[in-house]
Amino acid sequence: MTTGEQNGPWRDVKIERIEQLTPRIKSLFLELPALASHRAGQHVNVRLTAPDGYAAQRSYSIASVPGADTVELIIEKLDDGEVSPFFHDIAEAGESIEVRGPLGGHFVWGPADGGPLLLIAGGSGIAPLMAMVRAWAADLTAGMAQAGATAELQPMSMHVLLVCSARTPADLPFRAELLALEAARPEFTFIAVTTREPPPRPTDLGRRLDAAAIASVLGRWGHAPRHVFVCGANRFVEAVANGLIDAGIPAAHIKTERYGGA
Amino acid sequence: MVTRKFIGRRPTAATADRLPPGQFKTDGFPVLSKGPTPRIDMAAWRFTLSNGPRPVKSWSWDEFMALPRTVWQGDIHCVTTWSKFDTRWEGVTIDDLLADAGLAAPTPWLLALSLDDYDTNVPVADLLSGRAMVATHYEGEPLAPEHGGPARLLVPHLYFWKSAKWIKGLKFTARDEAGFWELRGYHMYGDPWRQQRYSSDR
Repeated sequence: MTTGEQNGPWRDVKIERIEQLTPRIKSLFLELPALASHRAGQHVNVRLTAPDGYAAQRSYSIASVPGADTVELIIEKLDDGEVSPFFHDIAEAGESIEVRGPLGGHFVWGPADGGPLLLIAGGSGIAPLMAMVRAWAADLTAGMAQAGATAELQPMSMHVLLVCSARTPADLPFRAELLALEAARPEFTFIAVTTREPPPRPTDLGRRLDAAAIASVLGRWGHAPRHVFVCGANRFVEAVANGLIDAGIPAAHIKTERYGGA
Repeated sequence: MVTRKFIGRRPTAATADRLPPGQFKTDGFPVLSKGPTPRIDMAAWRFTLSNGPRPVKSWSWDEFMALPRTVWQGDIHCVTTWSKFDTRWEGVTIDDLLADAGLAAPTPWLLALSLDDYDTNVPVADLLSGRAMVATHYEGEPLAPEHGGPARLLVPHLYFWKSAKWIKGLKFTARDEAGFWELRGYHMYGDPWRQQRYSSDR
């Protein structure tokens, strides 16, 4: 049982701070040391309760690295939503919400699982994949520190490709952090996909991630992924998963997490 | 704990009566699955009943479609907190499957098995007396692949992860064996009215 011990109680958790991540997405940082042991890819359930007892609960993936002091959730504002507008317009640092988790034992990855690792996100679907990227980078840093001054004892390199699709360059979450990581680590490749404005870099894509685009991205990367994680709205995930299978990736290597209406 | 300044959006009284605790009503039909939608060769499709590892009866697609058919309409509830009302399904009840096989359930438990290597456990009693079917049609149309077509289990009184998509058979087990999500922290039974979402829920 992977989460059986931890999935029990609802906990009152304080919001440490809220930051604007993109024009439509906010990062919610929670003071939740008990979640430090989460596995990259897991989510939490959040419950909001009105004075008359009416409650609404939703699931949000954890974007922060396992072991971080605060847990980062990213919340996209759905204009007709019930819960996301609360976090965008009403919630403030210092207030508390109820949280249960970490949850989920399938859509998870850790450095011990190895690579090559292919991560494909649609918009805010990047959250669990960001936790994986951060877990990979943290493991690499720890390995290098352990190897110390002996440069020939570099840790084994493992290749990671993150593809993130959004409407415009400004809608790409974590873009600065991902560009910095790519500049620092040759094993890490970041490809942005923008569907409504030209892509930020010549190496990015300015069209939908259809089967042909996926095949070209995989060919350019040049590695056969052992683990593939796809997260986003269902229509996006369905199209990407089909494109991956068309490109010859075994279905058993592909894990999906889908949200939003049909 | 009351969340400061949270109002929420209450359902109407008529909706609230039909909503299990912690659920909200959706008019969409969200899709959740652990991997890609499998590509299924209908010429090779078979539905198999087995007692443990031993197959006891199997139907081809044409044979399966010739079995007595039943329509069910009602509400479905997903553990991710959406519920959908008045969904209409058509398929073959488990009672009719067992009758065609000339079989009484050999054990009180089973695992529903899917073509994408998914499985989920359900007590046999929850599948009999017209409480469950293998559905091939939704709202009068052949079931779409992303919703589990060509055939999925339908056990509407339990959380919908029990209604295995892309079903290929039922395997009777000597004890209540955990399936895919049940091994990953989800509840062994999954009654939405008791909010049996995770293993630690009563």
